Amino acid sequence: MSLRDLSAVEQIAALEAGETTSLELVDAHLAAVEADDVEAFLAIDAEGARARAREIDAMPSRPALGGVPIGIKDALSTRDVVTTSGSRMLEGFRPVYTATCVQRLQDAGAIVVGKTNMDEFAMGSSTENSAYKNTLNPWDHGRVPGGSSGGSAASVAQRQVPWSLGSDTGGSIRQPAALCGIVGMKPTYGAVSRYGLIAFASSLDQVGPFSRTVADSALLLKHMVGRDPMDSTSLDWPGEIALPTATDMSGLRVGVVEELMGEGIEPGVKAAIEASLRTMEDLGATVVPISLPTSLSGLATYYVLAPAECSSNLARFDGIRYGPSVDADNLLDQYEITRGDLFGPEVKRRIMLGTFALASGYYDQYYGRAQKVRTLMVQEFAQAFEQVDLLASPTSPSVAFPLGDRTADPYAMYLADVCTIPVSLAGVPAISIPCGLSDGLPVGLQLAGPAFSENRLFDAAHAIEQAIAFDTRPPGLAT
Amino acid sequence: MSAYEPVIGVEIHVQLSTRTKMFCGCELSFGDPPNTHTCPVCLAHPGVLPVVNEEAIRRALVIGLALGCEIAPRSIFHRKNYFYPDLPKAYQVSQFDIPICGRGEFTAIREDGSELTVGITRAHLEEDAAKLTHEGGRRAGAEGSVVDFNRGGTPLVEIVTEPDLRSGSDVATFLRQLRQTLLFLGVSDCSMEEGSMRADANVSIRPVGSHELGTKTELKNMNSFRFLERGIEAEIARQERILSEGGRISQETVHYEPETGHITSLRSKEESHDYRYFPEPDLVPVVPDPAWVESLRAEQPELPVPLRRRMVAEMGLSAEDAEVLTESPELVEYFMQAAALADPKACANWIRGELRAQLRETGEEPWQSKVTPAHVAALVDLLAAGTVSVPAAKEVLAGMIQTGDQPAAVVESKGLAAMDDGDLAAIIAELVAANPDQAQQLRDGKDKVLGFFVGQAMKQTGGRANPQSVQKLVREAVLGE
Repeated sequence: MSLRDLSAVEQIAALEAGETTSLELVDAHLAAVEADDVEAFLAIDAEGARARAREIDAMPSRPALGGVPIGIKDALSTRDVVTTSGSRMLEGFRPVYTATCVQRLQDAGAIVVGKTNMDEFAMGSSTENSAYKNTLNPWDHGRVPGGSSGGSAASVAQRQVPWSLGSDTGGSIRQPAALCGIVGMKPTYGAVSRYGLIAFASSLDQVGPFSRTVADSALLLKHMVGRDPMDSTSLDWPGEIALPTATDMSGLRVGVVEELMGEGIEPGVKAAIEASLRTMEDLGATVVPISLPTSLSGLATYYVLAPAECSSNLARFDGIRYGPSVDADNLLDQYEITRGDLFGPEVKRRIMLGTFALASGYYDQYYGRAQKVRTLMVQEFAQAFEQVDLLASPTSPSVAFPLGDRTADPYAMYLADVCTIPVSLAGVPAISIPCGLSDGLPVGLQLAGPAFSENRLFDAAHAIEQAIAFDTRPPGLAT
Repeated sequence: MSAYEPVIGVEIHVQLSTRTKMFCGCELSFGDPPNTHTCPVCLAHPGVLPVVNEEAIRRALVIGLALGCEIAPRSIFHRKNYFYPDLPKAYQVSQFDIPICGRGEFTAIREDGSELTVGITRAHLEEDAAKLTHEGGRRAGAEGSVVDFNRGGTPLVEIVTEPDLRSGSDVATFLRQLRQTLLFLGVSDCSMEEGSMRADANVSIRPVGSHELGTKTELKNMNSFRFLERGIEAEIARQERILSEGGRISQETVHYEPETGHITSLRSKEESHDYRYFPEPDLVPVVPDPAWVESLRAEQPELPVPLRRRMVAEMGLSAEDAEVLTESPELVEYFMQAAALADPKACANWIRGELRAQLRETGEEPWQSKVTPAHVAALVDLLAAGTVSVPAAKEVLAGMIQTGDQPAAVVESKGLAAMDDGDLAAIIAELVAANPDQAQQLRDGKDKVLGFFVGQAMKQTGGRANPQSVQKLVREAVLGE
């Protein structure tokens, strides 16, 4: 068993026990990061990571996260380390500041080894929209890792890092976690500061953890949450995130979202979810069907709101103040050629969709109406949580699909997030945990709870994790 | 009398003189080297977020309360999207359908004393753009523009009026007194030259008696009230000419050239942007604590327009005195302190007249000089008591400006006390004897010649003669009165 097979919690314990050093851990992981068999990384900071490991090893007492390596999605700003958000628009861009959540983790002793691949500006569900390369699914290199945080998910599944950060706007943490057979958590909107997260859709974006165990995700999140004076929408997390210890679910009522268990869900996925529902009952939970009718409008609502916000958020990329720039004779050409050349097709598609949705004369019909549906969805979730403690559904309607399978069909790609989007619109937390295999590929179970119910989610997920004992090691990964 | 009635509304941008910018911690500056007051937030680096400056909220509320605006219990920010190099995010964070301050009104006093009430549509918060400087071809073909982001993100309050104004001079009157009010509130430097107060006017005309609004043009960004007044008058004349010749006004932005008096078109409004306003998702709503709003209302200082009314009605000042003395909060304070100790009218005369005239040489304002309001009051009392003559009082003032001494001390040290009538009578007797022709004129009933004797007596006494005493004594000596 190698150091890379240890969970983060186990690595910290080994450090505390003096069985290993941070430098040794960093070196072991860097070897895999540099080999990068699944093309998960866009930038590697080997020198910075080793220097920080030596610093931490020299400390009289170890910080809470010990000196354990971590991978960071390239959508998060890291000072002096190239941050591209998967786009040519920011090729070679070295930020002058570090995102709050990354800074908090670094202060707590996490060591950033590199930046992970992603769909350009977090727009996509397969990481194939990265301007740089495709990331491969560790379970089957012919398949996608999911997206947009595909690099973060694949790197954890591939054991290049024990944990990583992703960002989730409509499912970009949960869906790749499901497709790569690991744990991914999208916290309550406002729980983690967005300062330094390169915005896709501000009212939906949240940063969250990936890991191979539920406890690792809880530990990482514990050190990220809390109000940040740099983000007005961030909130004080009430109480503290606790490491989950629950081994049963007695007393919990779980609502199975009917609309997300029917048409469009692959039989193998459905079977795995149904099996995990029985596991939950065995663990003492009461499992009941529940209906969330507006969740069927989630995709349509999301594809008005998110593009609308992104059309505005991405307007700052003009090649004038940072990033590559295309020379032009006049200002308008400068804008048009720079943006025309450096944005990829999916980003352009969404900018155009969003620009249209906000145009005067269309605003009420699209953006205004979508906001109303979103409000209904928030109310519907609130009502549901009066009846049940948790909502259960598949995370993704399918297992990992082959590379190139959906790139020509945007709508087919958008459907990958059909189960995760309603939760994002409601702003509540959700976790995806691996719950079984379908044709040898992982299936993710999504559990959602009311705002700030992260501890409940971690406990329930932990109990299921212990009961199912899913093996997160991809079959091809050398031991 | 014109067949048309002008209809004018104005939009005023006021830069708030807060310590820091609207959405980041950069300090405000004027005249510092370009791009020295910037950070990732105001340069719109990837991933940054705005955070509202609470002091800017406070000042917007203070302005709203002074304008009698309804204060919104909850207001929100919107994004106004457009591409331009002075706008690094490519959107301006502004307010749209729910501004922090709603309807209000402001009353100004015209020169003739009549009152001018202007409806306020709204006052909202937003951020200023950066400063663009267009460079000509100093190097061959090297035309370009440079951006200074120091100004980018400065808090602005935009005040929008109803189309209640009817002439350029009313617009100037309204804006001058609005500016004065803002200065009293201490919210802005309100410098038209430095651009911390900018006004645009929407101008249209309609046949007298009509209630429909004509097509309006927007007169942009004049840097003085006088030019704005002239520009409005020129634009009204231009529109009248077009309509009387059977033409049509096109909705456009126009510019007034003060040098030539010409109006030129800047751009047609028909090509105007679709700003794609939508609620700013990075900011939470502004919900001011009602107790806070009430305390701001209670702390509001006495504002210049009501103050002017009170100065005329209760203190015996002329409308002009009141206008001059309310020029700045410092001057009002200075005057009020003096007026509390001596005759207000006399204090007003001395402060706005001789004191300011004498200080012009040093460039000081009264409150910056060595002369305190108590000094002014003491001087006024000395005059009233006949201890000094008016010419002597002017010298006393000059002495006080130099030394900061009490007026009585200056009178003493310079020997400026009015001469007593006994000593003066001897000098008058000599003067009358030495000027028989002038004495004869007085006997002939030409009273004007008294001025000659006063002048001569002043010369002889070094200004210590009391002019009234001189006249009385000359009459006695010549006419035996």
